[in-house]
Amino acid sequence: MSPASIERCVMVAVARMKGEPGPLLEILHSVQHELGFVPPEAVPFIADALNLSRAEVHGVISFYHHFRDRPAGQHVIKLCRAEACQAMNGHALAEFAKQRLKLDFGQTREDGKVTLEAVYCLGNCACAPSAMIDGQLRGRVDEQTVSECAENWGVPA
Amino acid sequence: MTTVYVPGDASAVSLGADAVAVELTRECRQRGWPIRIVRNGSRGLFWLEPLVEVSVAGKRVAYGPVRAVDVAGLLDAGMLDGADHALRQGNIESHAWLGQQQRLTTARLGVVDPADIDDYIKHAGYTGLVAALGMPAGEIVRTVTESGLRGRGGAAFPTGIKWQTAHDQVAAQKYIACNADEGDSGTFSDRMLMEGDPFSLIEGMTIAGLAVGATQGYIYLRVEYPHAARALARALHVARERGYLGNDIRDSGRNFDISVRMGAGAYICGEETSMLESLEGRRGEVRVRPPLPAIKGLFGQPTVVNNVVTLATVPVILARGAAHFRDFGMGKSRGTIPFQLAGNVKHGGLIECAFGLTVKELVHGYGGGTATGRPVRAVQIGGPLGAYLPESAFDTPLDYEALAEKGGLLGHGGVVVFDDTVDMARMARYALEFCAIESCGKCTPCRVGSTRGVELVDRILASANGSRDRDVALLDELCDTMANGSLCGLGGLTPFPVRSALRHFREDFY
Repeated sequence: MSPASIERCVMVAVARMKGEPGPLLEILHSVQHELGFVPPEAVPFIADALNLSRAEVHGVISFYHHFRDRPAGQHVIKLCRAEACQAMNGHALAEFAKQRLKLDFGQTREDGKVTLEAVYCLGNCACAPSAMIDGQLRGRVDEQTVSECAENWGVPA
Repeated sequence: MTTVYVPGDASAVSLGADAVAVELTRECRQRGWPIRIVRNGSRGLFWLEPLVEVSVAGKRVAYGPVRAVDVAGLLDAGMLDGADHALRQGNIESHAWLGQQQRLTTARLGVVDPADIDDYIKHAGYTGLVAALGMPAGEIVRTVTESGLRGRGGAAFPTGIKWQTAHDQVAAQKYIACNADEGDSGTFSDRMLMEGDPFSLIEGMTIAGLAVGATQGYIYLRVEYPHAARALARALHVARERGYLGNDIRDSGRNFDISVRMGAGAYICGEETSMLESLEGRRGEVRVRPPLPAIKGLFGQPTVVNNVVTLATVPVILARGAAHFRDFGMGKSRGTIPFQLAGNVKHGGLIECAFGLTVKELVHGYGGGTATGRPVRAVQIGGPLGAYLPESAFDTPLDYEALAEKGGLLGHGGVVVFDDTVDMARMARYALEFCAIESCGKCTPCRVGSTRGVELVDRILASANGSRDRDVALLDELCDTMANGSLCGLGGLTPFPVRSALRHFREDFY
């Protein structure tokens, strides 16, 4: 990704929020939506446009779990680790997923195929355990769900 | 043309509702049977989702849980005529689980088409706004005060008093900020309302704007709720087009509009001052109060901060009067509240009832015990900051004061059930770990206390008997510091689950 294309992406996001108060989060959402992450190279452009320091922008990006400063894998599986999912065997499921995908939470496989992330509540607590798999909410997730994903994604067993 | 309802609610979708809708369309097209599919919200009986309803001679006949592979068989059996089938549930409104509820705020959930404003109006929608448009602002506030409505987000602060404070401020710009950062595990009533009846929230916010003199509203929506974001965007567009939002609402000369702002995965932003910081585009760090947001809130202006359920309850209060709402409930907890029953439970879902229902009635009556069939060991009420209660406390009525007496809190009305395989020391450790992950870092008791707490629980579990008692006492002291020294509820309330686990399930620590 060239600096020019990153700058262009930032400027589109900034223009969309022109005149709106407190636009930083919305701009970061736009950039991440377009590029899949917020590249560190985008920070000075955003800071310039909003008359903020780079530290302030970086501080906001790093505060929120949702924003990434590097690309995710081709597939992202977010497993809910909150109480309602724990009550439905969430611990064992998390351990299984880590083992099957050979990843810890917050990591991306070296082959770039999968990112495993923890999430704290997807609002699907009566159908636990829940996961967000490539943006799709899934309920009553079990080991088979994870295995099928791993297989479909070509993750060696 | 037969109308078939297939919920578009995120939970129903998570169980395959989209695939059911696709299969229904495909099969019926192939058979030449004309149908109209409405993606309604969920009625909240999640063990029956996806719950498909067919409109037969003006009555609705339900089938569930329906999987895509069941569709052809259901159509063969005559589902479109309401015929018998193993999955047939009959008229779902006469199902005891739903029939016993007192649905005021959630009355339209699963009933209406959330994208259709005319359907909303047909089901008594916007009667509250029409009433409010005919009242002086002070009288709207008085009606809400007299209804006894308290904030449903967790703090249970009287809504009318908050509105009165904002109403009394003189400012060029005031705001209504809707807290839709429903992050507590075990809760989903905000999500269901936004997806299944978004106009009720829009109407409630508009009434709030009229009451306090605000012309701009923000919905701070958590990023984990993409379905709700789509439903809101659709409904806001329609409301604007039809003159229910924007300038000169319904030819009243009054203005009010709403923007949705997305959160970014920070639990702390459900705390109101942290949410305001985030709305302003900053790190979601808690503000010191005073000043109260109602006096100096968003962008330094008077701001009413209420959660989704609170605001969505306002229309029915204005439509039917304060007394109608106040007559439900007990003590100082007036009206109804949508409880959310979740976790390891057979019949989980949304249960709107008057305050005063006991934990037992909820967990065993509605819930039917655990999903695994094992004995219930504990429930956590009120999300990750709520206390764990053992079966011996299940006669406690669910109301704000009664739970406070038991060392707990009702919070956002979520109840998570655990069976007897739960390790309560692990749950206590998790409460502290969660606090450490989600702490905004502004105050020391929360930022450092949570991490020290995790270490202490680990030490208690690993240590020999002698030092264990000392560490348990130290953990209790740490809880004291966090409870009394934290700036907001995250650090301040994390001791609830920790201490309740220690008190009621001490054997798990030894």
